[in-house]
Parts: sequence; structure tokens; C-alpha cells
Amino acid sequence: MRVADLWWWMLGGSAILSALVFILLLIALRRRGAADNRQPGRTRVWIGWLGLVMPVGVLMVLLAFALWVGQRNLPVGPAAQTVQVTAFNYGWEFCYEDGSCSQGVLRIPAGQPVDLDITATDVIHSLWIPRLAGKMDAIPGQVNRLRIEADAPGTFEAVCAEYCGVGHADHRFVVEAYAAGAPAGRTEAAE
Amino acid sequence: MNVIQLHHDLTRIWNNEPGWRGVFSSVSHTTLGKRFMITAAVFFGIGGVLAMLIRAQLATPASAFTGPEVYGQIFTMHGSIMMFLFAIPMLEGFAIYLLPKILGARDLAYPRLTALGWWCYLFGGTIMLLALLGGVAPDAGWFLYPPLSGKEFTPGVNSDVWLLGITFVEISALAAAIEITVTILKFRAANMSLTKMPILAWYLLATAGMMIFGFPPLILGSILLEVERAFGWPFFQPELGGSPLLWQHLFWLFGHPEVYIIFLPAAGALSTIIPVMARTPLIGYGAIVTAVMALAFLSFGLWVHHMFTTGIPHMALGFFSAASVLVAIPTAVQIFAWIGTMWAGRPKFTLPMYYIVGFFVVFVLGGLTGVMLAIVPFDQQVHDTAFVTAHLHYVLVGGFVFPMLAAAYYWMPHVTGRTRVMRVGIAAFWLIFIGFNLTFLQMHLTGLLGMPRRVYTYPVEAGWTLLNLTSSVGAFMQAFGFGLFALDIALQRRLGKPTRRDPWEAETLEWAMPTPPPQYNFASLPTVSSREPLSDNRRIGVDLAAGKGLLGRAIGGRRETLAVDIVTGAPEHVAILPGSSLTPLFTALVFGGFFMSMLLGIYWLAPVFIVGAAVMIWRWVATTGTTHDPGPVDAGNGYYLPTGFAIRGSVGYWGSVLAVAASGTLFASLVFGYFFLWVVAPNWPPPGAFGAYLLEPIIVTAGALLAVVAARLGLRNFDRSRSGAIAAAAGSALAIAGLLAGAIRHLPEPTFHAFAATGWALTGFAVFSCAVGALAQLFVHRRIASGHVIAQRPHELRTAAVWSDYGVGVAVVVAWLLGLSGAAL
Ligand code: HEM
Ligand SMILES: [Cu+2]
Ligand SMILES: [Cu+2]
Repeated sequence: MRVADLWWWMLGGSAILSALVFILLLIALRRRGAADNRQPGRTRVWIGWLGLVMPVGVLMVLLAFALWVGQRNLPVGPAAQTVQVTAFNYGWEFCYEDGSCSQGVLRIPAGQPVDLDITATDVIHSLWIPRLAGKMDAIPGQVNRLRIEADAPGTFEAVCAEYCGVGHADHRFVVEAYAAGAPAGRTEAAE
Repeated sequence: MNVIQLHHDLTRIWNNEPGWRGVFSSVSHTTLGKRFMITAAVFFGIGGVLAMLIRAQLATPASAFTGPEVYGQIFTMHGSIMMFLFAIPMLEGFAIYLLPKILGARDLAYPRLTALGWWCYLFGGTIMLLALLGGVAPDAGWFLYPPLSGKEFTPGVNSDVWLLGITFVEISALAAAIEITVTILKFRAANMSLTKMPILAWYLLATAGMMIFGFPPLILGSILLEVERAFGWPFFQPELGGSPLLWQHLFWLFGHPEVYIIFLPAAGALSTIIPVMARTPLIGYGAIVTAVMALAFLSFGLWVHHMFTTGIPHMALGFFSAASVLVAIPTAVQIFAWIGTMWAGRPKFTLPMYYIVGFFVVFVLGGLTGVMLAIVPFDQQVHDTAFVTAHLHYVLVGGFVFPMLAAAYYWMPHVTGRTRVMRVGIAAFWLIFIGFNLTFLQMHLTGLLGMPRRVYTYPVEAGWTLLNLTSSVGAFMQAFGFGLFALDIALQRRLGKPTRRDPWEAETLEWAMPTPPPQYNFASLPTVSSREPLSDNRRIGVDLAAGKGLLGRAIGGRRETLAVDIVTGAPEHVAILPGSSLTPLFTALVFGGFFMSMLLGIYWLAPVFIVGAAVMIWRWVATTGTTHDPGPVDAGNGYYLPTGFAIRGSVGYWGSVLAVAASGTLFASLVFGYFFLWVVAPNWPPPGAFGAYLLEPIIVTAGALLAVVAARLGLRNFDRSRSGAIAAAAGSALAIAGLLAGAIRHLPEPTFHAFAATGWALTGFAVFSCAVGALAQLFVHRRIASGHVIAQRPHELRTAAVWSDYGVGVAVVVAWLLGLSGAAL
């Protein structure tokens, strides 16, 4: 959610900045300039204020905002559950704390934070559930942790985002979030 | 003096040999610069055709046009060709053609190296193309991530083609970078101090410097991956202590600076053209130079922004995110300096201006999405989606292709001596500009809607159909635009009316010569007193042609140009350049033999070619210098200058220093790799017990001391130089023996574990460096005997010392590093 906010803010800011540049450019092309441009004032306006001070100001605000969003997205507190995720050519395996495993479908309780411990057995893949979280690479020999949380029960599409060979385009899975109270969420999906 | 006679003499001295022989033996920067640019344009066309195939495939969902195997080759080759075979060689050609002309020189510092670079580029590019035609092209994406590109998952030659072909081309890039740097530092017009250089020279200096430090990590990575594929040394295999992330670090350590390497020369062209079109000097010369240097420096600290999803801790990502955002500042300085310049002047709306406006629109948008991508949480969403594809094309096409199109129209009258014929160029502009935005603007949205990059197909339900279809329409429109552009250039060349000299009323010295330019550039060399020599004297071209400048005379067949003091530009010596030669071609063929034997897996043959390369290089340097130097010569305008033979800081010396800097960067990257694996990779420490060992490091140190001291003694006292050279070579040999003994006695087989593999790689690199140093010392030993090096011409002793000092320095570091590592493991 907050990443979406970040996007809208950045889009708005970019629109303003590009409008500023394009309008200045348009005027610069249209107006019939003065003869002598070597007065130091000009350099100070263009390079000092517009080239230096303005971007520094904008970027500082952006960085602070982004760092704050980033920190808030970091996992805080223990997860309700940790799932071991293994990516391979071309499938996904999910092993849960009770020792059971599933392929192609990741089942998580809705409304609870879940940690995914992601690795791969052959080449590099990347786990991406666009509506739940950013990407996390699945790298052989390394375990990367990603926290996800589904607000409500439902299914969510997921894809592999790192090119992994001929089957890359179809290297997908789905996430099924079940109501947290429902007992043995995995049986219902076996249908 | 007779002007016609002077022209005839210089033509005889500088022209390429007639007929076919001239094609193979030319070393002229004008000829080779054009060849580089034409070859790069051809590769742009090929890359463009591949782009059309991609867009044809993606135009509709579930398209049956190509399958995933072929598609993998197509997008990998499109990216690789555009980056390595189009953009880099194009900017090299641009620099090679223009640099001596804007600096007021007659050629580059190492004409034969220019030729070697072009042949290497041609051969490496041909290997890539043949693989494409044969259906065995690289197919793991343009950054070739292992393990996918490793032997297990790409058993064919596909990845080898990339690793060897691109490395081959990279040699040419490094050669060009060294040559560009030395040329800017030494070959300038009289009194052209650093602060009076045309702004483009600063841009090219920064670019070349970045290449010298940016390419070695990739070359190292390619060597390691090729050795892993060929001989099973597990640098990138986690089961044996390697790490796939090491490749990513090495690749992006090169890959990010690469983007600025491509952008800066184009920005230099803009900084040159905009003031001319606006009819007013560029504002903020000093600020721009500072910004460019800052950009060059900063861009080496950003590479991790390509790895935001690899599981690196958030605080570390924050650092690289901040650094990435900061590069926007020097870029903003330039953008506003350009707009401010136009604001102050009265821009003429000529054809180059169309493309410059196109640049502003496209590049500013690309820069803004770049800032967005530097923000970690946002990047983690859009990384590896069509959003990134859109962004990278906005910066690359906006920041390189549009400015180069403007540059093409600006400098075409110089290259051909003709004006353009029709308004075709404007139609081409609109097709390219609209087509480009139609292809890529909505692709941002396609990415935000979740379409990954590098997929050969997508389902109808995804809802990306319309977006993709319009992208494809835009791409074909753009293709027509580029076709029209090519047509326009061809027409201009054939049918354009001859122009007068300096049609734009420009400021830089390339317009102070006849067009098309004679091979010797200037009949006599200019002296400058400001940054705008043409404004100071609009008749300067005529004066120079009349022989009123420096070196306006011919001595035998000698190719002469002026070398100056690096800082002040005061005339320092007369550099004497080699003429046409087949050596570059043969040397490139020997290199090519090496790469082909590796590619075809005939590994026993490869060492033969390495020896062959050493022989070629020995013979190459043996033809430089002289045994007979009559001393200072009359350079005109009252200057009596020594020749380059009798100078301490000769171009050969500076070139060696820079080559050692590049090699040192490669070595530093390897040491980084060693510690990176040690600290980060899984399955460390290696199984087994390893202890420290001191004997071999002590032997290496003794050899190193001998080499360094002996070289110093020879430098101090010429009478001792012959025995000094022999002793220095012997010291290097002792160091080699110590290194090999240490590795053989204490390191396990390289295939056993990444620890052993890196240890052997370090050893191999040190042995190689020492061998080069020893050869350099043996070489000067010969040169003393042959009378090339005498007490009055001792500079080759200094150059040889650079190589042997460096070799044994590397050896000492490696020996102790490996000797002591065992204790810590
Ligand atoms: C002339 C018009 C161009 C078109 C229509 C075009 C189109 C494309 C397309 C459709 C892709 C594939 C995206 C995907 O995999 O989903 C792509 C990738 C790429 N393009 Fe272009 N491109 C053009 C010019 C350029 C230029 C001039 C450069 C560089 C100077 C460039 C560099 C790249 C790179 C590096 C990739 C990534 C390849 C990879 O994923 O391995 N392109 N381009
Ligand atoms: Cu995958
Ligand atoms: Cu980057």
C-alpha cells in the first residue's frame, strides 16, 4: 500500500519537475536572448539555484520519505509462520512448519504476517507476488527472507521475475490466503 | 615556403597506402574513426532488426512467432549488441575521429593501437554475429548471470561466445581509452592549457578514465566465468564455495559506470553543439567540468542499485540508494547549463536542434524514472519488469542516440564536405521521436501492471494486450524513422552541395581545416590563446593552411605532431608517429586465434597463441624509437624542440602507467573477489586443514627486492643499466618461481573449492604480471645493445621499470595473501 503512495508522490513530483524543465526549455528556444551572457548572475541562477540547490532539496525530501517507507516495510516482530520456499526449473515448492509441503500453491493465513525463507536449487529465480510485496531473489546457496501479509482471504497471482531459462515465462504460482480461523486451511484447497 | 609543395609532401607522408594494402595497413585516426562509426551503425541496424523481432513476438498474446529458445537469443543479442557492439564502439569512433582535430593535433598518441582496436572489434563482433546466424548465440540475458550461464545450464557454446567475443571487443575499448587519455594529456595545440581545452575534451577525458577503471572488473568476471566453464574452477558455484553474487558485483561494478561512459561523450557533443546553435558561449564551463568529474567518480559507487532484490541488508541498500539519487545533481547542473545557454542566446532552429530538443524530452523523463528506481521499496516492485525496460531505453536512446543523431547532422558537413539535401531529416526526426515514445511511454504502465521483462509470451487475461500492441506499432514507426535517417545521410554524401569551411560558425579547431579533412588535419599546427580560437581569429584555418603555424614543413617521411606540457600546454617536444603498418592486423589475428581456440575448446592451442601474442607485441615495440636522433628541431614560430625520443615523460611512458592502472584495477577486483567469497559465500571454510607458509613468500619478496633495486640502479647510472635490466628480469623470474612453488606445494586442485580456484587465479595473475615485467626488462636489455637506449635517451628504462615494479608488486601481495590465509581458514 505505502509503496503505491510512494509511486503517486514520485509521479506527481516528476510531473512538476519535467513541466518546469520543458517550460524553461520552450521559453529559452522562443525568446530572443541578450547578447552578453557572461555576467556571473546568470550562472548563479541556472547552475547554482536550478542545477544545485533545487535538486538537492527535492532529493533530500524524497530520500527521507523513502527510507521511512522502507523501514516501515521491514519485518517487525515475529511472524505467525515461516514457510520454506524452494524455486527450481520450473516449479515452486513450499514447506510449512508442520512438515507438509505443496507445489505451485502457497497457502497462508490471511491477516497474519508470514515469513518466506526463499532459496533455489539450480539457477537464480525471483519471487514476486505483485499485490502482496516487492520481489525477493531465490539464489542457490543462499536463503533470503521476505515478509508478506494478505489483508483478506483470496488468491493472488505470483510470477518468477528473474530470467531463468526457457520456462521463465510460465514459471508461476498462486498464493491462497485462507481465513486465519479456518482449521487446516490446506485441505480445502485440495479440491 | 611553397604552400602547394607543403600540401603535397604532407599528403604523401600521411595518406594511407594505395589500394587494398591501405585497407589493411591504415593507422589514420580519420579513416579508423569513420570505420568504427560505420561498423557501429551496422551493428545498430542489426540490433534494431532484433528489436523488431522482439516487438513482433510481443505484439499479441500467446504469439507463435518464435519459441522461448530463440527468443532468449534474440533479446540477449539485442541487449549485448546495443551495449557492446553499438554504443561503446560508436563513442570510440566519435572520439577517435574528432579528438586530434579539436585539440589541434595530427593524429592520436598510438596510431597503430587505434588500428588494433578496430580489428579486435571487428573480429569479436563477427564471432557474435556468426553465432547468431548459427543459432548458438548467447541466451542468458545481456548480463549473463550464472548459474544460468554456467556449464550445467548452458552446456552449448552460447555463453562462451559472449564471454570471449565481448572480452575481445573490450580489449579494443581499453586500448582506445588509454589512447584517448594520453592524447588529451599530451597532444594539444600550443598553449592550450587544461582550462583552455574545448569542453568536449573534458568529457572524453572523463569517459576514457572511467573506461580504464570500469572495464577491468567485467574483463575479470568474464575470464573467471570462462575458466569455470572450460576447466571447472568453481568461482560461482555455491556447492563448492563460490557465489553467483560475485558475478553480479563484478558485472555491475562495470555495468553502472558503463551507462555514464555511454552518456558522457554524447553530453560532450551537446555541450559543443548547443552554444554554437545558440550563438553564445556555454555558461558555467568550470561548473560543468566539475559536474562531469563528480559524475565519473560517483558512478563507481552505485552498482548495488542493480541488486536491490538479492537479499542485501536494508541499511546497506539505503546507502547505495542515496548515492544513486545524488548522481542526479551533476546531471541537473548540465541540463540547466544547457537551457541557460539557450536562454541567453538566440537559438537557430537547425536540424541538429530538433534532435537536441528530442534529447531533452526523452532524457529528462528517463532521468526521473531513474531517480524513482533508486528508491529501494519502489525498485523492489518494478525491478525486472517492463518498467525497467522503458526506463533504460529512455536514458540510453535519450542520452545517447538522440544526441548522436544531432552530432551526425552537425559534423556530417565536416566528414563529407557537403550540406544536406532535403528535408528528409525532419521527417525522420518526427518518426523517430513519436515512434520512440509510442513504444516506450506506455511500457512504464505495462510494467506497473506486472509484466516481467524477458518473457516471450503473456496470457490474454493479463490485460496487457493493447499496451503491447501499441508498443509494437511505435517500434516499427521508429524503425522507418531510422531507415529514413540512413537514407538522408547517404543522400547527403552522394548529392549534397559542397559547403564552405565552418558552415556553423563554430568555436572548435576541427573547423579550422579543409573539409573533408586531409589525412594530416592541419598543414601547420595552431597556437591558441583562449577557449574559442575561431572567434579570436576567423581566418585561422586559412593561416594554418598557409603554413603559418607550427611544424608547417616536411622532414623526409616523418609523421610529426606537437606534444605539450600536460598542465600549461607549453610546447614540449615533437612527437614522431608510426606510419601505415600491417602489424595491428596480424596482432589482432593472433589474438583472434587465441579466442577461437578457446571457443572451439582446443585448449592446447591457446598457449601457442599467447606466446604468439608476446612475440607480436615485442616486435611491435621494437619498431618504435630510433638509434639516431639529431637533437632539437626547428618547430616553427621560434620554437626549438627535442623529439619524443629524448624525453622523459614520453607518450609510451604515460601509456604504460595507464595500462598498469587498468591492470591494477583488475587485480584489485580479484582480491575483492577472494575476500568476498571468503566472507559471503556458503560452504566456507573449505574442508581440510591449511596452515600458513612463509618460505615461498620470502622467496618472492627477495626476488621482488632484487627486481626493484636493480631497476633503480640502472636508472641512476646508465653504465649499470644493462646488468640492472638482467638482474631485474632475474628477480622477476625468482618471484615467479616462488609463486609457483607456493601454489603447487600448498594449494589444493583448483576444481576442489573456490578457495583453491581463487588462489590459483591470483597466482596465475601474478605470474603473468611478473612475466610481462621480466620481458620488459629483457627488452630494454636488447635495446641498450642495439643502441636505441643510450644515456641521452634513457626513457625506455623508466617504462620498463613501471612494468617490472608492478609485476613484482602484485607477486608480493599475492604471495603473502595466500601464505597467511591458510592460518586464518
Ligand atoms: C531502436 C529501438 C529499440 C527498440 C524498439 C528496442 C526494444 C527493446 C525490447 C522490446 C527489449 C526487450 C524487453 C524485454 O525483454 O521484455 C529490449 C531490451 C533491451 N534493449 Fe532495446 N530497443 C531499442 C534500442 C536500444 C538501444 C539503442 C539500446 C542501447 C544502447 C538498447 C538496449 C537494450 C538492452 C540493454 C535491453 C535488455 C536486454 C536484456 O534484457 O538482456 N535498446 N529493447
Ligand atoms: Cu524462474
Ligand atoms: Cu546503474
